Amino acid sequence: MSKVIASKSGSESRILSVGSYRPKRLVPNSEIVDRIESSDEWIRQRTGIESRRFADDSESVLDMATWAVEDALAKAKLSASDIDTLIVATVTFPFQMPSAATAILQRLGHPTAAAFDINAACAGFSYGIAMAHDFIKAGTSKTVLVVGAEKISDFTDPDDRATAFIFADGAGAVVIGQSREAGIGPVEWGSDADSRDAIQMNPSWIDVRDVQTQLTKGGGKWPNISQEGQKVYRWAVFSMSKAAVKALESAGLTVNDIAAFIPHQANMRIIETMAKEMGMPDSVVIADDVRVNGNTSAASIPLAMDVLLDQHPELHGKLALLIGYGAGLVYAGQVVELPPKP
Amino acid sequence: MALSQADVLAGIKEIVEEVAGIPAASIELNKSFTDDLEVDSLSMVEVVVACEERFGVKIPDEKVTELATVGDAVNFIVNAAA
Repeated sequence: MSKVIASKSGSESRILSVGSYRPKRLVPNSEIVDRIESSDEWIRQRTGIESRRFADDSESVLDMATWAVEDALAKAKLSASDIDTLIVATVTFPFQMPSAATAILQRLGHPTAAAFDINAACAGFSYGIAMAHDFIKAGTSKTVLVVGAEKISDFTDPDDRATAFIFADGAGAVVIGQSREAGIGPVEWGSDADSRDAIQMNPSWIDVRDVQTQLTKGGGKWPNISQEGQKVYRWAVFSMSKAAVKALESAGLTVNDIAAFIPHQANMRIIETMAKEMGMPDSVVIADDVRVNGNTSAASIPLAMDVLLDQHPELHGKLALLIGYGAGLVYAGQVVELPPKP
Repeated sequence: MALSQADVLAGIKEIVEEVAGIPAASIELNKSFTDDLEVDSLSMVEVVVACEERFGVKIPDEKVTELATVGDAVNFIVNAAA
């Protein structure tokens, strides 16, 4: 008889810590409105955004990601060598390969862990949480870093009236480790791939390379983000509130059992309407980091989580519902136990 | 299910009042959602979704921009439900 393959089994998982890095420069609406013939009031009314942060030349995606990781490791009282897996969610690391994840490992002085990037746009962090949880549950990994890092200002057209005021830069990271009890619930995820055009970066790298193609296609442009606002709003509010409820149900919970709601920080109107659709009770603290810091795509959930725990220390160790959603269109949501006080 | 123009108008008035806080009395067939009633593009999405649920019709994204006035929306819904 031939030999059988040995297999591993793991444990439940939980978030041990969250860390973040925010660019130094805060950019109020007043600074960007002239180029898009808009106003502070118009932007606030449609998005709730008052300001955003833009990184400068001394704050690259890798810099921000590494600083967020160092913050998370310090809070978990771990060193880089304790990490066996690093997952980076980003759509703005400006190299096709090697990955941002391996660059971060090298900077941390721990160049041997498993490391890779994922592209699930603004849902990337929630995808990463789901993967980290499953890796630990399967016994593949013991301690996983999940990082969301974006410098979207590099890929935003400051003259685009539909997007120039939305997006921002920053990085957040969580350390996920083994746990006796479930600290991360089952993921509710999926996509609406027929709406791939609703949020995109265009043109392709091939078009950028080929000047002739740029001219024939009327291009000659750098890949910038574009978005069909109404289509995305409809999907985000009405489909994502249903997905978020399913994530609660698969964890055996309802809106009455959670202490915090930390959705992707896309737009305050989306967040408020989602909460209303879900019948969120007043007792649930709702993350609103987008107001001050803008929409940082894959970085928005850990950034919002970190500031929420600063503002509401009583939420440490309590249950929170996360849901990420973005270009693809793709989404992922899960219930997590917020990390303990560092 | 056939819907009357009056029924649909009455329903839209309730929905627009609920979503955008605009008094039902000021909502008439010839009023433009954006220019007269100041319903912004995102509130318009909520109005459309509420109309779909209430009247059992589908209003595709690409049609939404064509619904400039309350009358446009009433006619679209009456025809879609016929």
